[in-house]
Parts: sequence; C-alpha cells; structure tokens
Amino acid sequence: MPVSLTSSQVIFDALKKCDVRLLSALPETWLVHLIRMADDDPETILVRLAKEEEGVGISAGAHFAGVKSAMLMQNHGFLASINGIVSFAHLYKIPLLMLISYRGTFGERDPWQTQGGNVTESLLRAMAIPYSFLDKVQTVEKRVRQAQTLAESSLQPVALLLTRDLMWEE
Amino acid sequence: MLRLDCLRAIYSELGKCLVVTIMGATAAELHSLGHRANFFYLQHAMGLASSTGLGLALSLPSQKIVVFDGDGSLLMNLGSLSTMARYRPGNLLHVVFDNESLLSVGGFPTATSTGTDLEGIARASGIPRALTVRTVEDFKTAVKGALDGDQLTTIVAKVEATGPSGYVTDLSLVENRFQFRRHIQSLKRA
Repeated sequence: MPVSLTSSQVIFDALKKCDVRLLSALPETWLVHLIRMADDDPETILVRLAKEEEGVGISAGAHFAGVKSAMLMQNHGFLASINGIVSFAHLYKIPLLMLISYRGTFGERDPWQTQGGNVTESLLRAMAIPYSFLDKVQTVEKRVRQAQTLAESSLQPVALLLTRDLMWEE
Repeated sequence: MLRLDCLRAIYSELGKCLVVTIMGATAAELHSLGHRANFFYLQHAMGLASSTGLGLALSLPSQKIVVFDGDGSLLMNLGSLSTMARYRPGNLLHVVFDNESLLSVGGFPTATSTGTDLEGIARASGIPRALTVRTVEDFKTAVKGALDGDQLTTIVAKVEATGPSGYVTDLSLVENRFQFRRHIQSLKRA
C-alpha cells in the first residue's frame, strides 16, 4: 500500500512528544498505519469510533480529565463532526487537536472523494478554525507541536490537514 | 415515574461520581436539586453526553462516571452504544431517561414511543448489562448496583414526559465547564 509508513511514524512520534495519550479514530486509507501504531502502543488509548463526531465528546472528556488527546479522521469525518465542534467544542471552549486527511484535492483518483476536497478549507475558515498543513516530513514535528500549543492556549479546535504529498507514495 | 423523583432518589450517591447530563429538562432538574462541582451539563451537542462519559471513563479508570442521557439524545448517536461496548469501561454508568419524547424542544414523540427498544439496542450493541426500570425503587436499586459493581451498565428509566417550566439556570455554560475540570484536577492531586 503506498500510504507512507515513514510519514505516519513521524506524525505518530510527534503526537507522542506532545504527550498525546488518547487518540480517537475512524479508519480511512491514509490513516491505517497511524491507527495501527496507536493500537500497538501500550501508552496510547485508542478509541475506534462509529462516527467521527463521537470523538468531540471523547476529547472533551479527556480534556476534563487532564489527558491530552487528538482526533484522526478524513475530511468527510470533519464534515460529519461539525455540529459537535460548534455546539460543544466552540460553545464550551474545548481544545481539539484534529488531524484530518485532506482527500479530494490535486491528484485525487477516487471520484467519490472530490466534493469533500472542494469545501474543507472554506468550512474551516467559516468556522474560524485555525488550520495548517502537514506536507513535509521535516516540518511535521514542529507543526504538530504548534497546533497543540495553540489548541491548549486558545481552548478551541485547531486543524492539521494531512496532505497527499506527505501521506501518499507513488 | 418522574425523572425528578429518580434523580432525587440517587442524588446522595452522586457525590463520589463525575456526572454528565444532557441538555434541557434533565440538566435543569439535576441543577434544581443542588449543583455540585462534579456535575457537567452538556446543554447542546445532542448525542455526545455518552461520548463525553466514555472519554472521562477511559481517561480516569479509577473514577466512577455517570451519564444521564435521554431517548432523543441517544437516538441521535446510537453508534455511541457500540463504541462504549467495545471498550466497556467498568467505571461507566449510562442512564437513559426515556420519556418517549423530545420534550425540551417541543414534545414531539421519539421512536421509542412507537416501539424502539433502547435496552434491546444497548444489549445487542454489546453493553454487558442493560436493564429497564419503571419505578423509583427499582431505579435506585439499579443505580446502586451499578455503582457498587464493575460492569458497564445501561439503565433505561421509563419516565413521564414532563419537566420544569424553564431550562436556563444561573450557571453559565463556560463557568460550569471550568469548575468541572478544576474539580477533577483537585481529585487527582488529593
């Protein structure tokens, strides 16, 4: 499978360095290695979801408990989480570190992913969610750390878009 | 059976727990009995009270967590039952007040009024212990049993579709959230 194992490991290590101890996830192709790494790591609590919006509540619970968490999802999972983000994370000032695989952009071969790619960034902007990209191995650790720092200091959701350049080897 | 009577019957048990409620009547009624720093009222985000309880339960395995859910909220996030069942934290008690109605948003009947069985869905989702109660006495016994035990439990409490006249309390949402987290951090230091 051409999902980058190296990049997945760099992202996972970056999360660990930020003391992320709980990851919620819904599988998608680009996230398979990351989810397996979380599953194999005895220090990480992996919560496999039925739907991504559950992850907002789980991360809120973890935050109340003083446990740092992150959400792994596809951009369509972000779309499915919007009410939870607005009516829980925004309303109650909950920090969320959202790692979102950015499907449906340049190079996308799957026709079914293309509409989500069109609206992801405009929705993040409409929701005033700060976001940046994970696009190069060299900058992953710093960006993850910066994203988590901002989420914790601002008490709000922050998104990192996992790009094809980083996640896919072809 | 009235939800308020159920809450009153177990109020003294809640002191040692972390409590998450859904919005509207459930939050207002628990608040009316006396707010405590260990109560968090999720006044929106319907469906996510159980997910919040799961996040707390997995993060704090030695702490008892109680979620007061409702039929309307749970029907919006039935997948939560399968996620809770997958990890089945023994420190989580999931109470569903089933009044067969979306009471807090106008009183429209939910699918439990036409036969949907939340206890059955919970059991079939893999929740280790699921039961339905119809009297305050049975409710009290079921809650005490679950809090004394170590099995993830869903209690469906069939209650009347009545509640208080208003839902707004003098506790701001954000104040509640900071107080709740600070309370948990103080427990961890103790």
